[in-house]
Amino acid sequence: MSFDDWILALHVLSAFAFVGGIVLFWVLIVASRSIDTAADTIRIQPIAKVGGRAVMVGATGTLVLGIWLALSYGGYDVWDAWIIAAVVLWFAASGVGARTGTEYTKAFDKARELESAGRMGSDGELLALNRTSRGAALHAASSLFLLLLIVDMIWKPGA
Amino acid sequence: MSALAAIRPDEQNLPLLLHVLGAMILVGGLLTGASALAFARGNVGNLRLGYWSLLAVALPGWILMRVGAQWIYSEQGWDDVPDNVDEPAWLGIGYIVADAGGLILLVSLITGGIGVRRLKAGGGSGLLKATMVISLILLAAYVVAVWAMAGKPD
Repeated sequence: MSFDDWILALHVLSAFAFVGGIVLFWVLIVASRSIDTAADTIRIQPIAKVGGRAVMVGATGTLVLGIWLALSYGGYDVWDAWIIAAVVLWFAASGVGARTGTEYTKAFDKARELESAGRMGSDGELLALNRTSRGAALHAASSLFLLLLIVDMIWKPGA
Repeated sequence: MSALAAIRPDEQNLPLLLHVLGAMILVGGLLTGASALAFARGNVGNLRLGYWSLLAVALPGWILMRVGAQWIYSEQGWDDVPDNVDEPAWLGIGYIVADAGGLILLVSLITGGIGVRRLKAGGGSGLLKATMVISLILLAAYVVAVWAMAGKPD
């Protein structure tokens, strides 16, 4: 394997970490729809942290190593239409994904607040925060951008 | 750089998309399942979440990945390669990890399923811990498979 082959393998592994994290968040979004207590909300936070790290490492790796490959490999250039499209989709997915994170952090903050106040029973406001339709819509948009990014990388339109 | 340079015939792109998407869902399901089981600390809700992530996310991901793999295998003409010609190492690694991994995933689902059933009676956490360990091993194996499929070592 050449050095560029290694970079390509790490680029693809980063993409798996990125999408793996997004899949993890889908599971948490579905699971948290029925969670209305501080304890149960707090219990899923470590799982969300794993997803957050996977997305962060994966997103950074795909972009940095992807640009490296575009510069290193003679057949492609960073200004090729499909590579520009990939970069635009990456920024769209990451930007929307960050806003998704902000939406769901509100539920964790509320759960901590309830825990501090000793209110460990059911809470309507916490349930509403866990069921945020804005958060789910943002995550759906982020997932769609990622799907389009994968389609773009496979079909390479214009290459 | 053969994989990156590859501009495949259009008919290979859809099976490749299904294969890659399935593998990504599989990895996501394993990551979720292993994380939920690892951080459960005996909490029944998290143990169930971990198990159901493996059953409802990782397993369908594996099926999609395997169907896509067979489809693209056929589209790329590997079916027509004579038996006396060795297949490339990356293809062999992919096949072994995918099929053995599927079998191990099935074992972990059966083990975890018994564990989930025993949760009602206050038991089962040991079996679910075993499921978590298997999930982590599978995750590591699939990382090796992704590396092999992407880097295509000789």
